[in-house]
Amino acid sequence: MLELIIQNRFAVVAVILFGIGFLNVLLQQNLLKKVVGFNIMDSAVFLLLASLGYIEGGIAPIVGEQGFNPQYINPIPSGLVLTGIVVSVSITAFSLALIQRIYRRYGTIRLNELLEKAGKEDD
Amino acid sequence: MRPMVENYPFFSIFACMVAGILCAVIKKGKTAWYLTIGVCALTALLSALTLAAVGEGDGYAFVYTMGRFAAPYGNAIRVGPLQALLTMVFAGVMALALTGGSRDLFHDVQEKKLPLYCTMCCMTLASLLALTYTNDVFTGYVFIEISTIAACALVMAKDTGPNLIATIRYLFMSLLGSGLFLIGLTFLNAVTGYLLMPSLSTAIADLAASGQYHVPLTVSAGLMVAGLGVKSAMFPFHLWLPGAHGGATTTSSAILSGLVLKGYIVLMIVLMVRVFGLALMVEMGMTTVVLLFGLMGMIFGSVSAIREHHVKRMLAYSSVAQIGYIFMGLGLGSPAGIVASCFHILVHATCKPLLFLCAGRLSAVSGHHRSLKNLRGSAYRDIAAGIGFTVGALSMIGIPLFGGFVSKLYFASASLNSNGMVMVLLTIALSTVLNALYYVPAVLAIWITPPPELQQHILEISDPREAEFDRNFTIAAVILMAGVFVLGIFYHPILDVIQMGVQLL
Repeated sequence: MLELIIQNRFAVVAVILFGIGFLNVLLQQNLLKKVVGFNIMDSAVFLLLASLGYIEGGIAPIVGEQGFNPQYINPIPSGLVLTGIVVSVSITAFSLALIQRIYRRYGTIRLNELLEKAGKEDD
Repeated sequence: MRPMVENYPFFSIFACMVAGILCAVIKKGKTAWYLTIGVCALTALLSALTLAAVGEGDGYAFVYTMGRFAAPYGNAIRVGPLQALLTMVFAGVMALALTGGSRDLFHDVQEKKLPLYCTMCCMTLASLLALTYTNDVFTGYVFIEISTIAACALVMAKDTGPNLIATIRYLFMSLLGSGLFLIGLTFLNAVTGYLLMPSLSTAIADLAASGQYHVPLTVSAGLMVAGLGVKSAMFPFHLWLPGAHGGATTTSSAILSGLVLKGYIVLMIVLMVRVFGLALMVEMGMTTVVLLFGLMGMIFGSVSAIREHHVKRMLAYSSVAQIGYIFMGLGLGSPAGIVASCFHILVHATCKPLLFLCAGRLSAVSGHHRSLKNLRGSAYRDIAAGIGFTVGALSMIGIPLFGGFVSKLYFASASLNSNGMVMVLLTIALSTVLNALYYVPAVLAIWITPPPELQQHILEISDPREAEFDRNFTIAAVILMAGVFVLGIFYHPILDVIQMGVQLL
């Protein structure tokens, strides 16, 4: 059992992180904490992706003096992680800007209070 | 040397992106607006030319690799008759939505923010095109995210408090959806090692034949379908939609309801048919889940719409019901169901923008009131808007000669011989009645002359400039109405193209 966990340590950590992030997104009322939750979720996925492409003892996939011979790690998941990080950063920036705008207008960033206030404002 | 026409799909994606960047540096709002409409029209034209080329005879589909990197390293798009037809309609409707909602747009969005709004429109179109054309799942993911940001920006362009909150809810739901999609993608990549759809498809077929990794495959398909379902407002995840689509400015509502939701559905269709294969989707039970959610969406979307008095939110709830129809067609798990869904995508993409544009115009001539009570008699203040709303509503109910009727007919005939036949037919019948229950009162409300004192009151509060003839709106409404009738009367050639396209998907 313990051996299995150690073998799959990245996947186990990723699942735990994902759970933490997901619960944050669902249960927190504070919008900022929700964004943090999303970031934790994303990190979990990136960890899983990066670990999938990793080969024990592999080196960076750059064609150098050694030619194609040595064992490389799989570059595709790393590429995905890079793209994913860019996406995650831009989405985070966008949500933070939006939250700032909401705070200026309503003076709170708790979702339940916001929904209450917006309901009154609606015609 | 490939024929020139095979470059057009890539050109159109590229043109949209370049136009988006240009819009961001243009100072004058009106110039950016013209540029965006121009690029939408150009895309529609290029797609039409592509359609003419690939739809000839028995039709063919081609793969266009970008750069000089051949598969499995490079990125590719795949174009067939279905994709060309869909993008043509998407781009055309987008141009019409921008034209028709222009007066509201200039009223709701600040002058100096208008170029940025146009940037977001261009990006939305670029991501719609890419989602339709892509032959690589990860490119699909990237454009899902671009589409999310652009769509959220379209909602918040009208800077009011409730809109900001609707945007943040939309954003969080969308992020959840794309997160689920990304995990599904990770699992799929882990079991197969590919991202390009043709390689994925052969790898999955091998795995399915050998019975290996059955659970990871099912989980990954489920996560991808759920992720795209959240983003396209599949029934239990639709709660963000009414606020976001109901509160935004007219053009945004038309684009979001009519087009943005469809981009994700097209990607889902491609995943179901090209990557996993319909037989495997049925075997994994995925289609049953989609069918059930679709049926529930058809009922509950309409029930919520009946209880709504705010006309744009009513239309938004009606979108939930119409999206339910599309998912029902996918859930039938047969090519006939997919064909019916694709046809309904076209019908809804013309009807809903028409309804939103007309509703926006009707409320503009009634002092920007949105509740049906205050819209009474508004059809007489702008006849074109009144007729357009009526045409759209009748098509949504499914009256013969209107587009909605044909798609219901094809949904019903696709459901024959499937296992859920009785349930599907009954739900279609019930949903038609429910649709009539809220569209007929709405149509009556706009055509009934209100009591004189109410009319006097509305004339006092409404801006006389709004009552002037709106040429842009009238042109857009007439073209969209013509589209609804074309889909309802001359549907045979369109369905032939869709059938050919689904086979070549």
